[in-house]
Amino acid sequence: MRTPLRPLARILDARQKGENPDLIERENLARRHDAMREKSQPRASARLGLLALAFGCAYLTIGVRMGHLAASEPVEPVASAPGAEIVAQRADITDRNGRILATNMTTSALYAHPKEMVDPKGSARKLAVIFPDLNAEDLEKRFTDGRRFLWVRKVLSPEQMQAVHEIGDPGLLFGPREMRLYPNGSLAAHVLGGYSFGAEGVHSAEVIGTAGIEKAMDARLRDPAQAGQPLELSLDLTVQATVEEVLSAGITMLNARGGAAIVMDVRTGEIIALASAPTFDPNNRPVPLVGKDDEASDSPLFNRAVQGVYELGSAFKIFAAAQAMELGLVSPDTMVNANAPMTWGKYRIKEFEGKNYGPMLSVRGVIEKSSNVGTANIALMIGPQRQQAFLKSLGFFEPTPLELIEAPGARPLIPKRWPEIVTITTSYGHGMSASPMHLAAAYASIANGGIYVKPTLLKQNGPASGVRVMSEKVAKDSVAMLRSVVTDGTASLGEVKGYEVAGKTGTADKPKKSGGYYKDKVINTFAATFPASSPRYVVIVTLDEPADTSGPKPLRTAGWTSVPVTAEMIRRIAPLLDVRPIVEPVTGAALTAAAN
Amino acid sequence: MRPVLYVFTFLSVIALGFWAYRENYATQEVLREVRVLQREIAGLREGLSVQKAEWAWLNRPDRLRDLVSLNFERVPLMPMEPGQFGATASVVYPVPEVPAIELPEGVGAVETTSATEEEGL
Repeated sequence: MRTPLRPLARILDARQKGENPDLIERENLARRHDAMREKSQPRASARLGLLALAFGCAYLTIGVRMGHLAASEPVEPVASAPGAEIVAQRADITDRNGRILATNMTTSALYAHPKEMVDPKGSARKLAVIFPDLNAEDLEKRFTDGRRFLWVRKVLSPEQMQAVHEIGDPGLLFGPREMRLYPNGSLAAHVLGGYSFGAEGVHSAEVIGTAGIEKAMDARLRDPAQAGQPLELSLDLTVQATVEEVLSAGITMLNARGGAAIVMDVRTGEIIALASAPTFDPNNRPVPLVGKDDEASDSPLFNRAVQGVYELGSAFKIFAAAQAMELGLVSPDTMVNANAPMTWGKYRIKEFEGKNYGPMLSVRGVIEKSSNVGTANIALMIGPQRQQAFLKSLGFFEPTPLELIEAPGARPLIPKRWPEIVTITTSYGHGMSASPMHLAAAYASIANGGIYVKPTLLKQNGPASGVRVMSEKVAKDSVAMLRSVVTDGTASLGEVKGYEVAGKTGTADKPKKSGGYYKDKVINTFAATFPASSPRYVVIVTLDEPADTSGPKPLRTAGWTSVPVTAEMIRRIAPLLDVRPIVEPVTGAALTAAAN
Repeated sequence: MRPVLYVFTFLSVIALGFWAYRENYATQEVLREVRVLQREIAGLREGLSVQKAEWAWLNRPDRLRDLVSLNFERVPLMPMEPGQFGATASVVYPVPEVPAIELPEGVGAVETTSATEEEGL
């Protein structure tokens, strides 16, 4: 019931009394306002309370969330499925046909927390039984000297791991390890090199290359983006195995200290096989020799094909002949002075065993018979400057650009000054030293029609482009001369039926440390290419101190040592390399029609 | 009309909330499954690489060479040799003996006639 502000009865009454009726209205209005205030106050305070509660809740939520974020491990929000996990931390190495040369294996490392060990003495004893190379007393001392952490083994085989499990000591712990495995053992050991662990942790360890291509291509092999793609080498596993077999058989038969062999594709520059003997197992790389009197070349780690810098002897003669032909000074049939011995200043240039092939000999004859005097006269026609420039263009003045960590260190030994006597000696491969790999690249350049090919260990997709170092005709004539060395000259044992082997022998006396040369120690080289009509491969075989002792007198010339080894090598590898032999046609009588 | 709209909106908010809740948990479940599968794939890949390594190890050339010499009596394998190559042109193919063609009667006669006719022309 709403009270009127100006009730008529009271107004009339007040008017009669002469009072102000407005006062009544104001009084009523004030009374009404009071009532309204009383009514709305609880509602307002309830609303305020609710609002305070809402704010309180909001602050509490934010506070709790902030506390949680501060106290918990940060986790990235996952909006999509994780990508494929990295398969291996180091890419595989395969040969040109995809056969594995190096791969990874997951294994375990053994470490110890001596403080947590129950029976350090017993465990040490049992570990020494499992690992015969560990000493029980040493191990026990290390377990009890108060240290908290100790590496016991870097890699374990599954059997060893099981045996350690069976000891059952809680202080012996395993960490996962990825190790490098070379399943072919010592095959291509000098190319592959070896591995070791870099930074080591309990949960993983870095695998790093220590030598060979493993070190040279370390960045590529460790690149996570390319971990799934194997590194394809130019080597052919089968050819490599055959080359190593033949080389080691040759070394045993000829009592050589060591040897090296290279098979190179002349069109692409790919190294199909690279062997150096003695060799080693990259799975268990031996320690380098550190003794004072040890020669680096005595270590099996020494790569004779790449690191071995030798005076390569008469194999160099073809370069003088080729250059003289390129300069138009001679043709294969030009007669040159080969009257031995030749006197130059205080030096006397002699032939092998004091022979004399002179007085005049054709350029082809000089190469066939390997005449030092003839070559010296050809080199004198060329002159020192041009000779140096030509050898430089064949890569003899720089280390080979091979993808091995050892390659850049194998710098050829070049005489500082180049007087005419050096021109003479260099023309027949003395006075300057280079590695068999240099020789392979230079011979490949001749066999490739005169275009320099860069040797490489990585698989190529097509013929390499290079600088022309001699005309195609000169290259062809040079190969023909090399062919006549095998058919009529010093390398007659190098003939392989059907494969037209062409090559040049080189017998160089080994230099003494004290100066001068040994009389009975030689480095024998045979640099060959086949088939001569269209050369596809170059084969270099170098033997260190070989001697054919089957006869009454030991034979030390390359013609009796490196040449037969090379011939056997070519006979075995050429069919594997898909080189079709030039077969004589079978006569009709050989095959007759079957009876039915 | 308005209350119906309110109720409808309220219900749809609840329904959407429920859907989002379920979707969230389903996604998390799938992600967990993917992680498990990825781990399994990684394990299998590792197994595969071990198998590959073992295959390479079992096929290493010196082992094969030893196996060949061990089993030489049963399987006489020799290294490949140049003599084993041959050119297809050098293979003499036996000439098959073809029986003499006997012409049916009359065919020869017709031919002779046509031949004489041609001669006449």
